[in-house]
Amino acid sequence: MSVREQPSGRTLGVLAFPVGMLLVFFLIPFGIMVATSFYHRDPGSFYRPAFELANWQRLFQPVFLERALFSIGICLLAGLVCIAIAFPFTYFLTRMRRRPHVILLVVVLSALSLSEVIVAFSWYILLGRASGISNILVWIGIMSESAAYQPSFAAVLLGLCYIAFPYCILTLYPQLTRLDPEITEAAQTLGASPWRTFWTVVVPIARPIIVAGFLLVFVFTLGSYIIAFFLGRPEHWTLSVFIADQASANANVPFAAAMAIFLTVLSLVVVGIVGLIESRTRRVT
Amino acid sequence: MDVRGGLRLEGLVKRFDDVTAVAGVDLELPPGKLISFLGPSGCGKTTMLRMIAGLERPTEGRVFLDEEDITDRPAYTRDIGMVFQSLALFPHLNVAGNIGYGLRIRGTEKDRITSRVRELLDLVSLEGMGDRRIQQLSGGQRQRVATARALALEPRLFLLDEPLSALDANLREQLQVELRLLQQQLGITTIIVTHDQREAMTMSDLVVVMNAGRIEQVGPPLEVYRRPGSPFVAGFIGRTNLLVGEASGDGSVAVAGRPFDVAGGANATGEVSISVRPEAAQLVADGMPERNALPGSVVFVRDLGELFECFVDCGIGEHVIVAGSPRDWVPVEQGAAVAVRFPAEDCVVVST
Amino acid sequence: MRALRAVLVTLVVVFLLAPLVVIAVGSVNENRYLNFPPEGFSLSWYAQLFTDSGWQRSIRYSVTIAAISAALAVLIATPFAYVLRTYRIRLAPLLYTLGILPFMLPPIISALGMQVFWLSTGHVGRIENVIIAHAIFFSTLPLVTISLAMETMDQALPEAARTLGADQRTTFRTITLPLLIPSMVTGYAAAFVLSLNEYIISFLVAGFTVETLPVKIVNGLRYGFTPTIAAVAVVFIVIAATTFTLFAIFGNLMRFLGADPAILEKNR
Repeated sequence: MSVREQPSGRTLGVLAFPVGMLLVFFLIPFGIMVATSFYHRDPGSFYRPAFELANWQRLFQPVFLERALFSIGICLLAGLVCIAIAFPFTYFLTRMRRRPHVILLVVVLSALSLSEVIVAFSWYILLGRASGISNILVWIGIMSESAAYQPSFAAVLLGLCYIAFPYCILTLYPQLTRLDPEITEAAQTLGASPWRTFWTVVVPIARPIIVAGFLLVFVFTLGSYIIAFFLGRPEHWTLSVFIADQASANANVPFAAAMAIFLTVLSLVVVGIVGLIESRTRRVT
Repeated sequence: MDVRGGLRLEGLVKRFDDVTAVAGVDLELPPGKLISFLGPSGCGKTTMLRMIAGLERPTEGRVFLDEEDITDRPAYTRDIGMVFQSLALFPHLNVAGNIGYGLRIRGTEKDRITSRVRELLDLVSLEGMGDRRIQQLSGGQRQRVATARALALEPRLFLLDEPLSALDANLREQLQVELRLLQQQLGITTIIVTHDQREAMTMSDLVVVMNAGRIEQVGPPLEVYRRPGSPFVAGFIGRTNLLVGEASGDGSVAVAGRPFDVAGGANATGEVSISVRPEAAQLVADGMPERNALPGSVVFVRDLGELFECFVDCGIGEHVIVAGSPRDWVPVEQGAAVAVRFPAEDCVVVST
Repeated sequence: MRALRAVLVTLVVVFLLAPLVVIAVGSVNENRYLNFPPEGFSLSWYAQLFTDSGWQRSIRYSVTIAAISAALAVLIATPFAYVLRTYRIRLAPLLYTLGILPFMLPPIISALGMQVFWLSTGHVGRIENVIIAHAIFFSTLPLVTISLAMETMDQALPEAARTLGADQRTTFRTITLPLLIPSMVTGYAAAFVLSLNEYIISFLVAGFTVETLPVKIVNGLRYGFTPTIAAVAVVFIVIAATTFTLFAIFGNLMRFLGADPAILEKNR
């Protein structure tokens, strides 16, 4: 019932530092980036202020559109795979007794705290010919000769799923712990098997959070750079890799800026959808 | 005895955006008494208390403490002590830290704080528990710490917002008595917000019954119980039988076609509501009295040990409840045809 | 269902732990090239971390950046979260969105934005550029933890302080701030760990002059595998796992991650 007070001038002054920092080091850089996307790229590998649409026109060429669609496609796929595994896993996790529960959480958080660089590097080894999984299979006798599974599309997908998986679990976790066990028990007293209960009670109740988790994985993997760079060939690169590549190696910063703005808009749309879903679930519960 | 702490509210209104929580309240409260604000949840009683405390600014109206206008003074200058519904004990401080908080931020010297905290711990029977952490205390102990903290600065007003609602029934009753005795010992003006009429009746000198942002009735607890001023008060404080009838203007009322005499008379004419408490109504098993009675059949009987109750269908909508001591109870069967008598001196006209 | 559960949980754990096992083995492998089965046992790669001046420099860079940028992130987030959750400000939702936006967008956006920003100021390739970039990007983490703490804090606590004679400043100093410290520490720790791991922003902002650990690892991988990389990774993981285990033992890890206490009680 209580309503917050109006702030005084001095309390608003307290906001000056954080807002100022965000303004100077986030909004202004973003503005400069927008401006840069209209600049002219000198063949001498640098750029100068100008106003031209060349970089934006490149965005609408089939080559780029194909790359963009590939990025979106692989990240959506990563989202699907993640949620399909993470959701039942998290559901089981929340129903466990304290000790295994906490141990699994520590495992998940340890995976979460791995640098993307280290994840890419270890899967690079695991999927490689010299000392990877295939060597174990050869050693057991299932395969006759070791093989390399990277670089490949599957390797990129696997890497993306790995880095997103812990985040996905942590998104689902709070909601699923709030799912009262008595609800599933009620379904079972009404004759539903555990399997049916899961599909007819748990999944429908959790649908909004499933969608939110899926979209968050999507945005998260869209931002991944190292995974696609290390585990894929150039045709498996995602937008982030292209932007970084254009900004450093190819030194076409204006084009990188245009792509970055495209990526921003794409992410904002998805984040906006997540926000809508979350505000709607909050209203219901 | 101290006569500080007289409170006067003038035309108090509080609106939250488009909800009106308090819709114009004028009230004068005498110093040194215990007053309860009683009403259902959402009636505005807590908002009133928060405006008195200075935690909420009134949209309209003034608050006077000892004839001084304190409406514009912030909470921290008002000289009040308050116990919150959640108790709001500071979890990062121990018991002594909580009780001594107000003294410490005023820069009182350490020895003085220590001795005052010891005094207060004695006052609320928590001797030697100053070093305990809040998390180690039971519900009742926490309540006592919150009380001691609020009284540490010897405030002019002691405010309590549903302070016992988190406790179980037995402990609640015990602490009601303790708080009342403490208040009488200190003679401090105290306002307690509650939705529990037993609590209000146990503790108060004066009950302020509120409903929908307005005051329904102000009076000593027994008077409010015996002579409720409106059907709402009659129904909210204890249970009641409400009889609707036609007043003829000469002091008699017709209820379901039967003549009733009403104490104090009903001077008005037209439709009136009469409240009769269940313990005032009487069962008549043989014969039908001519006046102040309704015929009916027994629907349900229960013996609660300390109380015997009978629900009678008299054809007026709600069942009539008749209650009495089991010792002088005439046994009746479920389904029996009876009459219920409503003595004239217990019939209170609550609306006209 | 029970069998499915066992299989699924096992597979997920194996999947999550596989990279940890590889780098653990790689870090103590005697041979410079990691072959299967591994040969010999050696801690020399760990020793190299503490003797090689290149690794030493990178560790110093990374720790400096992480420590200062996380502190700066908390400094940005605390007043922000406090004012937005205490007062009635019409622009609050917009300001909060601004606060979480850098982290919500792919890091490449912040990376490129900071790159062109520092280029345009001419102040290029300095460590403070990376510190500020990380502070802004990761300030979302303390902002979220502190806002959450503000939201779950009993509103009556600061009110009680006010009725006891504390003005706004005193209330903040003696009540609100002490109660926010756990969330500030959590936010700091999260920003610190993620800053330590961050690659693309460090690389684009000052990758050629300030070689942080992740940048050095990637640069190293371009020339092939060195077990030292695995040793670094193991050190990272041990630090993180220890932190979380301590959390689990001394704090309530489940509660911290957002579990509902009442429901957890029933699961016991």
